[in-house]
Amino acid sequence: MTDTNQYISSEPLVEIRDLYFSRGSNAIFKGLSLDIRCGQVTGFMGPSGTGKTTLLKLIGGQLKPSEGKVYIQGQDVNAISRASLFELRKRIGMLFQSGALLTDLNVYENVAFPLREHTKLPEQIIRDLVLMKLEAVGLRGARKLMPSQLSGGMARRVALARAIVMDPMMIMYDEPFTGLDPITKGTIVTLIKQLNNVLGLTSVIVSHDVEETLSIADYIYVISEGEIIESGTPASLRKSSSEWVQQFLNGYPDGPAPFHYPAPEYTQDLLAGR
Amino acid sequence: MLDWLQNVGKKTLHGFESLGRSAMFFIAVVQGIGVAFIRFRLTLREIYSVGVLSLVIIAVSGLFVGMVLGLQGYVNFAKFNAEESLGIFVALSLVRELGPVVTGLLYAGRAGSALTAEIGLMKATEQLASMEMMAVDPIRRIIAPRFLAGIISMPLLAAIFSAVGIFGGYFVGVGLLGVDSGSYWSQMQANVDFSNDIVNGVIKSVVFGIACNWIALYQGYDAVPTAEGVSRATTKTVVRSALAVLGLDFVLTALMFGDI
Repeated sequence: MTDTNQYISSEPLVEIRDLYFSRGSNAIFKGLSLDIRCGQVTGFMGPSGTGKTTLLKLIGGQLKPSEGKVYIQGQDVNAISRASLFELRKRIGMLFQSGALLTDLNVYENVAFPLREHTKLPEQIIRDLVLMKLEAVGLRGARKLMPSQLSGGMARRVALARAIVMDPMMIMYDEPFTGLDPITKGTIVTLIKQLNNVLGLTSVIVSHDVEETLSIADYIYVISEGEIIESGTPASLRKSSSEWVQQFLNGYPDGPAPFHYPAPEYTQDLLAGR
Repeated sequence: MLDWLQNVGKKTLHGFESLGRSAMFFIAVVQGIGVAFIRFRLTLREIYSVGVLSLVIIAVSGLFVGMVLGLQGYVNFAKFNAEESLGIFVALSLVRELGPVVTGLLYAGRAGSALTAEIGLMKATEQLASMEMMAVDPIRRIIAPRFLAGIISMPLLAAIFSAVGIFGGYFVGVGLLGVDSGSYWSQMQANVDFSNDIVNGVIKSVVFGIACNWIALYQGYDAVPTAEGVSRATTKTVVRSALAVLGLDFVLTALMFGDI
């Protein structure tokens, strides 16, 4: 339990309090409260469709909660002006699942994009910064390629370089491991870990890839149906007594999360067609 | 019956909601248009893609429309021995009506649909969302330059359309059917008024430019971010732009030439 104490001891960077959010009549979060702490890798796990990506968008202020507050460094994301929200976002990197590279710019220009938009740095310095970040993700040689020429894993690495080019204080990863081959997946896992340690970032990972997330996260929240089901360090999570968590971590097809979509009783349903 | 009524109500509400969203979108774009002037290189690139790349279809259509006008005009004027009026007929039809209107329709098909597809795909591939997360306002960076580029391009395209059309009429009327070249040009020069005809035509094409680009960009920005949503938005762009151009043309014509 010492690592848990260590986790609690660092300052929270993001605080979420009593967050409610719904899409139409569909409640996605029902009173979520949690902390994301400085310098740590915090993981959010849960089945598809539990609104993990929505959570990242709520943290980034792209969506507004119907109730509750999101604080980043003590600032209420939904109460500050648009200009201050943009100032805040300059210090937050986000890695989208698809990479979301701008398709009309090449790799170099994509990574340079935030610098060109937000700074008036001379071209020489922009070049140095871009090459440094591309070197960190191992794609310095690919700088002239267009996004359409990149594989999924490469696109994600370029997007990662772009996300760190402004030296953010926090990076949010949206499903960083989905749809990658094992080697690329390993690369991304290592990169996330390294970036977190070397740059002193705070990282937030949203994922349903159990092994990868457990291997790099310092603290994990398991979310299902709009609520936190379990939270703790990876080690404590593995020992969780919750059947649901065990089903999720081990990938059992049936359990508290049912295999069957709600339906009338099977024999009756078959006979009803006669 | 009740279902039907409910449906009508729902669709109407939806329509109003969408109208409201598009108005807010328009205001945001107009507010951001300063950036498109300041960073004019962004706008220039878009002028290339919506304007320069539409040149071929505009020029070829203009030529044929002008040729048809020359032919039809000649056949009818010949009945009254008024062939020398062909120049006025061709020029006025093009400058007042066909130039702006047909250019608007072609623009909607060529450039408007491309704009919608481009913006819709940027939305579907999270490019717009990622820009927002990089603290870059996509309305200022992406939409406003395209909007300005469209408004600049449309009158120029309409002018080129009319000019090429006048030459098309000349080619058929003077070259093939033997109307006197001097009367073709001098009648045109004497009877086409700069402020009444040419300026009004330019005003029309600017209005069509605003309408077409507003529709195209809004449809892309508001598209459901899937492949199906984008294709549906593209269709909507073409249909609504065409209707807007024709409807606005009537209103503008009534305002400009109605009291003559």
